[in-house]
Amino acid sequence: MTFPLLTFLGLLPLIGAAVLVLPVKEAGRAIGFTFALGTLAVVAAVVPLYLAGVELAVSIPWIPAFGATWALNLDGMGLAMVAMTATLVPVVMVAEWHIPERQGRWTGQAFFGLILFLEGLALLVFMAGDLLLFYLLFEATLIPMYFLIGGFGTGNRSKAAIKFLLFGLAGGLIMLVPVIGSGVIAAQELGAPTLALDALTGVLSGGNWGKALFICFLVAFILKAPMVPVHTWLPTAAESGTPGSTALMVGILDKLGTFGMIKICLMLFPNESRWAAPVMIALALVSIIYGALAAIGSKNLLRLVAYTSISHFGFMVLGIFTFTSVGIGGTMFYMLNHGFSTGALLLVLGFLISRRGSALVDDYGGVQKVAPVLSGALLLAGLTGLALPGMATFVSEFEVLAGAWSAFDIPWPAAIAALGTVLAAVYILLMYQRTMTGSVTEKVEQTVTADLTLRERIIGFGLSILLLVLGIFPQLILNFITPTAEGVTEVMSTHTGVWTIDDELQGDQIVTIYDDGTVVATPAKDQEAK
Amino acid sequence: MGILEITAPTFEWLELSPLLTVLIGAVLGVVVEGLVPRAYRNLLQVAILVVTIFTAAGLLIVNWISARLGIFAMGALVLDGPAYVTWAAELLFGGLAILIFAERRAGQGASVFVAAAATVPGSKDERLANSIGREHTEVYSLALFSLSGMMVFAASNDLITMFIALEVMSLPLYLLSALARYRRLLSQEAALKYFLLGSFASAFFLFGIGLVYGFSGSLTLEGISSSITLSGTGRGLLLAGIVLLAVGLLFKIGAVPFQSWVPDVYTGAPTPVTGFMAIGVKFAAVMGLARVFFVALGGERWSWQPVLAVIAVLTMAVGAVLALTQTNIKRLLAYSAVSHAGFVLTAVVGANAFVPDGQINALGAISFYLIAYGFATVAAFGIVTLVRKGAGETLELGDWAGLGVREPVLAGAFAVALLSFAGIPLTAGFIGKWAVFSSAWSGGYAWLSIVGVGFSLIAAYLYLKVLVSMFFADPASSVSAVKPSLATWIPVIVGAIGSLVFGLFPGPLMDLLSHAEVFLR
Repeated sequence: MTFPLLTFLGLLPLIGAAVLVLPVKEAGRAIGFTFALGTLAVVAAVVPLYLAGVELAVSIPWIPAFGATWALNLDGMGLAMVAMTATLVPVVMVAEWHIPERQGRWTGQAFFGLILFLEGLALLVFMAGDLLLFYLLFEATLIPMYFLIGGFGTGNRSKAAIKFLLFGLAGGLIMLVPVIGSGVIAAQELGAPTLALDALTGVLSGGNWGKALFICFLVAFILKAPMVPVHTWLPTAAESGTPGSTALMVGILDKLGTFGMIKICLMLFPNESRWAAPVMIALALVSIIYGALAAIGSKNLLRLVAYTSISHFGFMVLGIFTFTSVGIGGTMFYMLNHGFSTGALLLVLGFLISRRGSALVDDYGGVQKVAPVLSGALLLAGLTGLALPGMATFVSEFEVLAGAWSAFDIPWPAAIAALGTVLAAVYILLMYQRTMTGSVTEKVEQTVTADLTLRERIIGFGLSILLLVLGIFPQLILNFITPTAEGVTEVMSTHTGVWTIDDELQGDQIVTIYDDGTVVATPAKDQEAK
Repeated sequence: MGILEITAPTFEWLELSPLLTVLIGAVLGVVVEGLVPRAYRNLLQVAILVVTIFTAAGLLIVNWISARLGIFAMGALVLDGPAYVTWAAELLFGGLAILIFAERRAGQGASVFVAAAATVPGSKDERLANSIGREHTEVYSLALFSLSGMMVFAASNDLITMFIALEVMSLPLYLLSALARYRRLLSQEAALKYFLLGSFASAFFLFGIGLVYGFSGSLTLEGISSSITLSGTGRGLLLAGIVLLAVGLLFKIGAVPFQSWVPDVYTGAPTPVTGFMAIGVKFAAVMGLARVFFVALGGERWSWQPVLAVIAVLTMAVGAVLALTQTNIKRLLAYSAVSHAGFVLTAVVGANAFVPDGQINALGAISFYLIAYGFATVAAFGIVTLVRKGAGETLELGDWAGLGVREPVLAGAFAVALLSFAGIPLTAGFIGKWAVFSSAWSGGYAWLSIVGVGFSLIAAYLYLKVLVSMFFADPASSVSAVKPSLATWIPVIVGAIGSLVFGLFPGPLMDLLSHAEVFLR
């Protein structure tokens, strides 16, 4: 029997979290950080194995009566998310090393323990190859996040934590219905209970329940990835959480929404996805523009970042529902970049906020004169966020737009989304201008006395530089993402019979050119009826 | 001629030995009450209880492994997979719940039962009885009698046996409910209500038997089933009979609209008794209901499925919503018991659906749900016995605030039980909910499982509210938990561990149930 590497990868942070339950006193943070680094090392070992094509998947029967298995496997998207998670966690730990402790149980050790707990669950869910397992882990991630916000946040933190939990539970509940239903239908169709994602492809789509199941899944993921109009929990939670925990929430947990859209909606419900595409694209565009406008109008820095993320999630969803390998691959890359870029922005803002003691834009001004390095780090992080050419974020955003351009017969979606990139420049630069430039206000001079320390500099610039490197060598990531994205479009095309890129509307006919060169023309009405 | 021939009844001693053991244990308890001096009775009764349960369980396991299935006792009892599962569960949960009867540290050295039930509450006699340390030790044999009734009820092969089992199960419980040491008037009132309403329900049940007999000319479940398939006339009689049978059965499981006794009786009865009937009666009654409806009335399921579906929805709704408004922990658990009756009914509705090989069927789902519920119930009521303010139990939820800080282990076990009630993933309760909802869906009642999921959320909110107050609120003053003896520790720990283990690794139990759960006709 080979070593269960993926299981080990997922359980390692959980073991770390369990160790941190013990009273280890001062060593708590160091132990937590060691476990996070160890996890990163395991990921570093997994990547070459994956690229070499070594079989890593495990599948052990768990509840045979439901067809549930302990199934873990990796595809390009999963690997990208795993790598991003394992990188971001130690970074956040270093950034939050001096987290202010509250009375009683909310110690730094508890904070690190909860982060590890979260990391373990997130890694497992990105590797989950079984619907029940995916659901359980998807839900379980709410628990550590709830405590991170409620225990360590600022302001009205318990209310924000409850809001986060209720939205999460609502999403989870909506998802429980189709998970149960999928099990029942799969058992009837396949003659044996099964919940393995691979086996479910093509089984659930179509049929009496296809659309209902699909809508439930989709709503759960829309709640998670927050899209307008169910985004309201995100700004509240971001504002009340610590910058580090918010980085984990936006960077890692919310990706479960887009991750699920690709892995479950597209792969299991190709026909329904195509059916829902117009609505999803409209929602994505609304999110892009609304998020950007709300970010411009935000008075609170953390809220501002939360709104920028809503705009970014709009881009990701747009890319998914282009059903092109460029758009979907772009989204997968976007998911990775956004974790780093938003993480960098939030953590640098955290350094700023911890000095001044306020997250309000109006309380700042002229910071670059007293803390030039800090403002440099903020600017760099901001530039990654607005997708400056040269940054990895530019590559992914470009891919999404290119996908949108080629996928639709009309250019409007791509054009509106492109407007979002312009607005991104506005909200980032406006924020920089309001806080960093201008005359130094009295309060700022009193409070922002020290520039970034070495620890903070490493964090502040590290992630941005990483994005710069990936921007110059995007092939590092695209090499393993693109085949996965192509696999997704392949599944979509096989099951819907629509080959997106080659589809052309000629008069009132859709001409579909299949891979083997056959050309089929169908009246547009029939195609829709399908 | 002229010589009266009497055929000796056949009786399968070996096959029925688990049941007989429980009955012998109960009778021995009565003998002890008559012959042994007071001072030794309690100890002896507990010893008899433990020996009885273990012997019965051992015999049961041997019989089960040897696959001694069939119809026994001259057609009165049927021992099939579901009957074995029910017997095993009744012995386990019943044994654990009765063990809590022996907890003496909770009542300052006395048991939770009244010193002398015949004394007028608040009278001189009562004080006298208290001061000389009188106590009722016959509670153990009463409970064992009730347990035997539960076992027979779930294994009855004809309606008359079922009716007698119903009475054997219920009569001792009416008595036990009246025996609380504190709040005696409340306890007596609860017992009277339970008795009166229970008698009504029994009468309905009996009337239903009469009508169904009128239709089919048979009392055995198989006989009723075959006349439903064969006979075309007299449907009105049959339908009226089904309704009346259902009234009797639904009363016992506490389904809406027959739930009104549940909160009062659960609150008034001594807490260990509440725990015993919460799981014992519910398990037996649901399995009995399933047996009557699947085996005898399966051919008529197009008539009863929609009605039961509506009752399931109402039961879930009333249980979950009214539980939200409760401030008394026992009333809360009572309404939660009502909602659980609704959840488990969803699987009864999904009966007789075709399921692929290896998937759990409706009956398996029902038993798994009840087993999960049993573990959580045993632990929860065990803990309720222990939380005290002054002399008596404190049932006000407000007093439970901050218990997690003072009594982390007990509160932790209670948390596990509540999470399992709530159906939070990785507890047995979640797997149970999953199982029953999939069964309903498989049976063509997808909407019912969707409604069920919705009410689960309302119920989950309720349990989380209690949890949050226990762990995050400031401790209430003057509330403490007594340090329990093994008599409570064992049920609490077994309940909590069972809730977790069968949430994480339900596979083996599921396998067992999905192979065992077919009714023998």
